[in-house]
Amino acid sequence: MEVLLALVIGVMVTCGVYLMLAPNMLRFLFGLVLVSTATNLTIFVSGRLTEGHPALVPAGHDAPIGVVANALPQALVLTAIVIGFGLFAFTIALVLRAWTTMRTMDPNEMRLAEPRSKDDA
Amino acid sequence: MSWLLTAPIAIPFVTGVLAFALRHYRAGAYVSIAGCAALLVASILLMSETIAQGVVAAPMGGWVAPFGIIIVADILSAIMVVITAIIALAVAVYALGDIDATMEAQGYHTMYNILIAGVVGSFLTGDLFNLYVWFEVMLISSFGLMVLGGRAEQIDGGVKYVALNLVSTILFLGGTGLLYGATGTLNMADLSTAVADVDDGLLTLIAMLFMISFGVKAALFPLFFWLPASYHTPSFAVSAVFAGLLTKVGVYALIRVFTLIFTHDPGFTHTLLLWIAGLTMLTGVLGAAAQSDFRKILSFHIVSQIGYMIMGLALFTPLGLVGSVFYLVHHIIVKANLFLVAGVAGRIAGDSELSRIGGLYKSTPLLAVLFVIPAFSLAGFPPLSGFWAKFVLVKASLEIQSWMIAFVALLVGLLTIYSMTKIWGQAFWEPHPDGREPTLKSLPIAQRRALIWPIAALAVMTIIIGLFPGGFIALAERGAHQLLQPAEYINAVMEARP
Repeated sequence: MEVLLALVIGVMVTCGVYLMLAPNMLRFLFGLVLVSTATNLTIFVSGRLTEGHPALVPAGHDAPIGVVANALPQALVLTAIVIGFGLFAFTIALVLRAWTTMRTMDPNEMRLAEPRSKDDA
Repeated sequence: MSWLLTAPIAIPFVTGVLAFALRHYRAGAYVSIAGCAALLVASILLMSETIAQGVVAAPMGGWVAPFGIIIVADILSAIMVVITAIIALAVAVYALGDIDATMEAQGYHTMYNILIAGVVGSFLTGDLFNLYVWFEVMLISSFGLMVLGGRAEQIDGGVKYVALNLVSTILFLGGTGLLYGATGTLNMADLSTAVADVDDGLLTLIAMLFMISFGVKAALFPLFFWLPASYHTPSFAVSAVFAGLLTKVGVYALIRVFTLIFTHDPGFTHTLLLWIAGLTMLTGVLGAAAQSDFRKILSFHIVSQIGYMIMGLALFTPLGLVGSVFYLVHHIIVKANLFLVAGVAGRIAGDSELSRIGGLYKSTPLLAVLFVIPAFSLAGFPPLSGFWAKFVLVKASLEIQSWMIAFVALLVGLLTIYSMTKIWGQAFWEPHPDGREPTLKSLPIAQRRALIWPIAALAVMTIIIGLFPGGFIALAERGAHQLLQPAEYINAVMEARP
């Protein structure tokens, strides 16, 4: 299972990096979302996968009995998903604003802050 | 003891919430100033506690290490928190004269204080994943501040700033995940010992993820392009606080992980850092030489100065780390101050493009003096703080026969003077191209005071550090000792009880 997920992560990062290299902010963002999700999966797999043993404490006990799944990576991934969602929401809004002010999605064409020469300024 | 550690984080959060409630009133700005002043008091108390007691640590929510999140302050953290509070207060006062009512209503003071909370949290946390969360707190509020006002250049600079910082964030998260997978812990003190069981090759790979991620944050060569693309676009107060603090959080994180966790193969990792340090210094200063805008020149100089701090870390000797810590203190004060001066110059002369301004020396000698102090300090003139910072670093590199980096450090100091004289010549000496005589009297008296007092206060600090470097260096020595002998840090964290 770990091997399968590692392959999935690899494919996702590959596609993500490919998209991020495109001269288009929207594609860059989609790529970033893919890589970000792959990173979350990495954390999930890092905690080792345990099938069919939920991390629950049976009634009348103080601690779980026997082998249980590692709950910490899930907490980490949940945090990372929430933070990532907020950041991407902001970034989408920013890219939309960039499109309405500069009429381009190509970061190479966004030269307002760094004009090519003094004549463009 | 735990309130001493949590107060510097809680105060800016509370201030931010209060400032949000008062965002339509002038009182919001004063709440922000009061909050920053309270933060300064709290940070000084924390500082005196770390000087008296050594490393102080407290577990949050009663969960002891290595399971819970530990808030911990050693000398380095305490120094960074005090400096953050000083800059926060100076810029909060400056904002009275720089931030208009529209931006205040859009939540400037709230974002500003949350930003400070994120910075302070990053300095005080003892947990790697928690560090990621503080980075995000800092990042999202810096995004807001970067584009606040919504001018087209800000959006442009903001896109690049946001995009590259998000990439860095994801790499940091990935590195944290892999390190957790390899060691089963996220507590930095625990990691320090747990990494001994990890395969060296895998550990170096993870170290590289951290180096790239923090390298983007710290604006290291070749990952610094977002900085000069964006730092000259937001309002002057915002660019000053960014210039002073944000990249330094990256430097702090690099110092922390490369003294505490990734010390398995300094022959590779720290040699690589040394090369990066030299190239960062050189590219930054050469980039600055090609610029003609007040803030763009200063932005490239941030990059070049970051190289010095990393150089001290890369030398990985006690004296080198003393240099890094001292340089951090010196640089944050001086660089934030230069951006504040650029703000006043731009405001009274009408532009920050050097070819379109001039005559500041003749009509506002006070501002000229206030520029010369941090500018000469940046270049390393005795007896200002920058001289001692560079002196310690060059001495540290000569001690271990790193002639090359010593040469680069001295050369870059020389080239820094070139940039500073360019600003001096064009903005201060040459007459204004429109024949104007820019003067501080063109500003209302209240605004003038709000703009000039913080600059003067920071300039005085530069002089004090320069004239009495002994105490600061002794403190930096203690900090460097704790970094290189992490046993005290580890014990304090592992034995912290609620």
